[in-house]
Amino acid sequence: MSINATLIGQMITFALLVWFTMKYIWPPLFDSLEERKKKIADGLAAAEKGQEQMHLAEKKAKGVLKEAKEQSSEIVNLAQKRANELVEASKDTAKKEGERLLQVAKAQIEQEKQQAKESLRKEVSALALLAAEQVLSAEIDKTKHQDILSKISNQLG
Amino acid sequence: MATEAHAEGATGYIIHHLTSLTVGEGFWALNLDTLFFSAVLGGLFVWFFKMAAEKATAGVPGLIQNFVEMLIEFVDTQVKDSFHGKNKLIAPLALTIFCWVFLWNFMDLFPVDILPLIGSMMGIEYLRVVPSTDLNATFAMSISVFCLIIFYSIKVKGPWGFAKELMFQPFGPWLLPFNLLLKLVEEIAKPISLALRLFGNLYAGELIFILIALLPWYIQPVLSFPWAVFHILIITLQAFIFMVLTIVYLSMAHEDH
Repeated sequence: MSINATLIGQMITFALLVWFTMKYIWPPLFDSLEERKKKIADGLAAAEKGQEQMHLAEKKAKGVLKEAKEQSSEIVNLAQKRANELVEASKDTAKKEGERLLQVAKAQIEQEKQQAKESLRKEVSALALLAAEQVLSAEIDKTKHQDILSKISNQLG
Repeated sequence: MATEAHAEGATGYIIHHLTSLTVGEGFWALNLDTLFFSAVLGGLFVWFFKMAAEKATAGVPGLIQNFVEMLIEFVDTQVKDSFHGKNKLIAPLALTIFCWVFLWNFMDLFPVDILPLIGSMMGIEYLRVVPSTDLNATFAMSISVFCLIIFYSIKVKGPWGFAKELMFQPFGPWLLPFNLLLKLVEEIAKPISLALRLFGNLYAGELIFILIALLPWYIQPVLSFPWAVFHILIITLQAFIFMVLTIVYLSMAHEDH
């Protein structure tokens, strides 16, 4: 139990252990710790940055969405207007066309009426002539009264 | 001691357990058991940490690396708490002290008779397995720390600065001899208290284990189990105290008044 040379041996062992720890054990372990600390800090910073960017992007997206909405409603309004216009225009043309058709039909009717009148008149005059001929044939000589007959015929025609 | 060790009964048993395996005579005697066990434990510490250091990565750490890093961070926190200068030695020194002393003390938890029994089978008569119950081991460490304290005191403050601190503090130049006496006692108390605290705790602990081992077998577990549990605390605490005091003393050596 007394102090002896063991002391010196122990001191040498201790010095060797401390030297070895200082040279080969502490630095790599400590460095890896520090490196990991840095990595984690970097990762956290990156995450924060990402979040910030996401917020920004969200804001931007909202803006774009709003703009798009505005634009789309504008487009819809425009389209509606245009459609109304088109409807109005087509109504107009339809009306006009109808009127025109009506006019054409009316004209045709008039024409047909005239034609009918003409043919009727002709038929009536022919009939009248025929009747007059029949009546007069007995009494009047055709050649004698040629003048009068043609006058009447002209008046009828 | 050899004649005492052959004494019969309880006294003989205790003395036998507290006798070192020695070669040589007088001062030049060597306690082989202390040297052997502390070297093996030191080797164990170095091997384990070197293995972890080689595999160390900044990525996801493995189980061993986790454990080792826990110790490294623990020691680093202690060092950063009390030492504010720059010194590449102190943290590794503290780590070595903590682990080595802890392993020394841990030998205390082996049942007192096992290793000496194995030793006696191999023809070794005496075996003290706990290096920290040997004053040589504790003093070797505390004297090394003391040398570092003196070395850094002189290095940081300069020879004259250190001498001034010894002579003129705490009471000023008019009480120079008194200051010198006080300071010398203070400095020398450091290694002595370091070594004796560790030695005393572990020696007493080991002695109690030996005394328990003398009791009838049916009482032994009732006593040795709680004492061993309590001892787990003590061995860690003693290693911690030795480490922290070393850091504190060295940081004091670095402080210029």
